[in-house]
Amino acid sequence: MATLQTRATARIMMSPAVILLFVWMIVPLVMTLYFSFLRYNLLMPGTEEYIGFLNYQYFLTDPAFFTALANTLILVGGTLLITVIGGILLALVLDQPFFGQGIVRLLVIAPFFVMPTVSALVWKNMLMHPVNGLFAWIARLFGFQPIDWFAQMPLFSIILIVAWQWLPFATLILLTALQSLDGEQKEAAEMDGAGAISRFIYLVLPHLSRAITVVILIQTIFLLSVFAEILVTTNGGPGIQTTNITYLIYMQALLQFDVGGASAGGIVAVVLANIVAFFLIRLIGKNLER
Amino acid sequence: MGSITLEKVSKSFGTTSVIPHIDLEINDGEFVVFVGPSGCGKSTLLRMIAGLEDLSGGRIIIDGKDMSSEAPAKRGLSMVFQSYALYPHMTVYGNIAFPLKMDGQEKSVIDKKVKDAAHILNLTNYLERRPGQLSGGQRQRVAIGRAIVRQPKAFLFDEPLSNLDAALRGNMRLEISDLHHQLKTTMIYVTHDQVEAMTMADKIVVLNAGRIEQVGSPMELYRSPKNVFVAGFIGSPRMNLIEGAEAAKHNATTLGVRPEHIRISATEGAWTGKVGVTEHLGSDTFIHTQIDGIGQVTVRTDGDFDTKHGQPIFLTPDPARLHRFGADGQVI
Repeated sequence: MATLQTRATARIMMSPAVILLFVWMIVPLVMTLYFSFLRYNLLMPGTEEYIGFLNYQYFLTDPAFFTALANTLILVGGTLLITVIGGILLALVLDQPFFGQGIVRLLVIAPFFVMPTVSALVWKNMLMHPVNGLFAWIARLFGFQPIDWFAQMPLFSIILIVAWQWLPFATLILLTALQSLDGEQKEAAEMDGAGAISRFIYLVLPHLSRAITVVILIQTIFLLSVFAEILVTTNGGPGIQTTNITYLIYMQALLQFDVGGASAGGIVAVVLANIVAFFLIRLIGKNLER
Repeated sequence: MGSITLEKVSKSFGTTSVIPHIDLEINDGEFVVFVGPSGCGKSTLLRMIAGLEDLSGGRIIIDGKDMSSEAPAKRGLSMVFQSYALYPHMTVYGNIAFPLKMDGQEKSVIDKKVKDAAHILNLTNYLERRPGQLSGGQRQRVAIGRAIVRQPKAFLFDEPLSNLDAALRGNMRLEISDLHHQLKTTMIYVTHDQVEAMTMADKIVVLNAGRIEQVGSPMELYRSPKNVFVAGFIGSPRMNLIEGAEAAKHNATTLGVRPEHIRISATEGAWTGKVGVTEHLGSDTFIHTQIDGIGQVTVRTDGDFDTKHGQPIFLTPDPARLHRFGADGQVI
């Protein structure tokens, strides 16, 4: 019943919400763009002036930038690897009927509800602590030297913490996808002589491909901006070993008070995220079309 | 070879017994149809033969070997499912080749067998398509193709035509019957549609509540049903089952007479009544009549017979073709 009149009315009725959302998005973006072309340091108030692309030049030639870029990609890639593989395995287990299934499913989802700062603190002080931590206690129980996680393998520790947080999400999405697999297809494959492993490779994995794509896309968006876990545990260190782009921008803005440089970094991060998204969609986006 | 013997087969889910006790002999090359109302256990029985459902008791013997607890793939049977159960992400070729690939056969052999099967089933032009791009009938044929490449001892069909429209169902019925004549392999076919059973089967097994009511060729079941259930189930339109005084006259509790074995006349006959609804099918006319002292009786007559609603009518049943059933529902 979309006459011209109702359509016009609909547009007018919708416009406040749309305009609000648009302003909400465009004002911070334009301000960041604007700041990125200024010399704007909070320690030197009153000296703001237009300096062209100098902020970008400084940010992009900073040796810390490439380390941070590499750290960001390793963090995203490592977490994706653990959560997707772990998620598939967990989903396969949870799909089996067993006693206490409901409770176990609830528990598996629980880490998702713990806020990042809290979970990072729990990992830092209760699990990975070289003296008081559970892992250290287990190591000593077997007579090994305890690992000082954040000193010896800082980035891997961060990946573990983040992966633990995102594993429930992956498991949940993959489990629902697994449950939608047609039972008769599995039986047909069974009659066709496919063993459990063949059924997994030829039937379950292709069926899950779309869900895996969704998990990778959504997680990538959030993992590019991991921040709380780093701030709470390592503060980007030792050195800059766990500094990702987000954390580097934070250091520019709130530790060096360089608003202009941080804004340039923010814009670089936006561009990088778009590049990653572009390749991601090209690579696996075709899975979504089927 | 493909003879299948069921010995004292039973199945229960928890405390509910679905199939109390079944003995059945299926000979090599036979087309056997399990027919019965929904929930009678016919699909369960088929799945037990396939190995997808465990037996609660009894034995299943295939080609003289006890296969009761063998894995489905080892039994040498193949199955066509109601939902077709094609693998949606594989092409038609991939679907048909899958069982051969799982069997570890060589590429060239697989290719030849798939092409042969596609040729038999008129699928040659569709080999590169995916199941989602095919019509219902084509999907059905792919499912059959996947079943025949394995050259099984027997085919199991689980209501394969129930998702197709009426015209296509008629076609596929012919194609499956044709295929049976070509391959001469044992086929077990489950359906709730007595027309499919009558038209395709060498041997019909009528099931009701997990029990076998009668086994026989289609015409045997039609001519001499053993009990009231089979009499009412086989034949379309349904046999008229008359109880009360009229049945007692013939020394029976229930008197059965098929609509096509009643002579209808506007002037004289054994039973009098009124015409109810008339269904004209062109070649035939089904007249539902209300007979005094008996109740509703359906009559089948030729297409040119003209009646009006409420018009008085006279019926005469063919005395040679009356079926008399006792109080226990069995034929006398």
